[in-house]
Amino acid sequence: MTQKTIDIEVLRYNPEKDYKPSYQTFEVPFADETSVLQGLQYIKDQLDGSLTFRWSCRMEICGSCGMMINGVPNLTCSSFLRDYYPGKLRIEPLSHLPIERDLAVDQTDFLQKLESIHPYIIPKENQSVEEGPFKQTPAQRERFYQYSECINCLLCYAACPQYGLDSDFLGPAAMALLHRYNSDSRDDGKAERMPIVNAQEGVWACTLVGYCSEVCPKGVDPASAVNRNKVNSTLDYFFRFMAPKGAAE
Amino acid sequence: MAEQSMPNQSLNQSSQRSLKRSNEPVFWALFGAGGVVAAFLLPAVILITGLAAPLGIPSPELFSYERASAFASSWAGALFLFIVISLSLWHGLHRVYHSSHELGIHRGPLLSVIRLVCYGTALGGTVLSAYWLIAAL
Repeated sequence: MTQKTIDIEVLRYNPEKDYKPSYQTFEVPFADETSVLQGLQYIKDQLDGSLTFRWSCRMEICGSCGMMINGVPNLTCSSFLRDYYPGKLRIEPLSHLPIERDLAVDQTDFLQKLESIHPYIIPKENQSVEEGPFKQTPAQRERFYQYSECINCLLCYAACPQYGLDSDFLGPAAMALLHRYNSDSRDDGKAERMPIVNAQEGVWACTLVGYCSEVCPKGVDPASAVNRNKVNSTLDYFFRFMAPKGAAE
Repeated sequence: MAEQSMPNQSLNQSSQRSLKRSNEPVFWALFGAGGVVAAFLLPAVILITGLAAPLGIPSPELFSYERASAFASSWAGALFLFIVISLSLWHGLHRVYHSSHELGIHRGPLLSVIRLVCYGTALGGTVLSAYWLIAAL
């Protein structure tokens, strides 16, 4: 039995040597269960050890292996070579982000944005261990749960045309996580986060394309987070003089 | 909390970066209100004034000048017309303004001109319709 093979064309770029990115094609043997990530690992192990890409968990948890597969942002660990056969694949680093080398992108911009939204629960008052945990009803948990599923894989940034045009935009994942904490009943940090929401670089740079939610591998709906906060920002705009800062729900 | 007390350079950077509150909520609220009008009231208005009236359904006298004028001169009628005209303009012209994005105009003086023309037209339509409706009361 001869093994099936598929052509994988990868973008190569070494900023220390190359004037601009170029493409290199490898012929990779595969079985039904071979993921695109395993295809890349085959190239690195057997064909060209210099190919650079990020990966870790191989099971849609770590969010490291996001790349453009034939122009679509995808996690390579949960995409399979069989689905592209008998065609070929073109694998590129995530769009809209600077290339560090080959398929690895520079995540600095996102990480700074993530920190700026204060992505942790800011309680009104700290509670001692003796007082027990902060309790929540299932309905209260439901309000933020899907947004907490984000694994920071940046597929949504590669999908967002607005972020591509102007990277000052806070972007889908950071806004989804901002909303995750703002809508958590244990959190009291909304006033700290609203200035980010209210800015042009916050929710108002979004034109509701919705592709971010389409590409999310974890079922998070960043587009809804952004657009719910357009309502919050509008309420905050008109009622800021009446209500305490950031109190508009 | 450990996370909060951690020294964090970029957090400081972002808190120092001045974030300016956008005025977009004003236009977005008018756009949203106009969307409700354009979706629910406008089709009925078009059906009545654009189709039923010229076809004389149910009767040609229903939209006679006297009747239409009396409607527009009443407080309720004037308010209705003002809402339909003004908010539909804000809705439509907000869309037109944001459509310049699709044509590749993302920033710069040309966009400012388009913005001025669009919102200026909406504001002009609002002021004029209010003026004429109030004058006719």
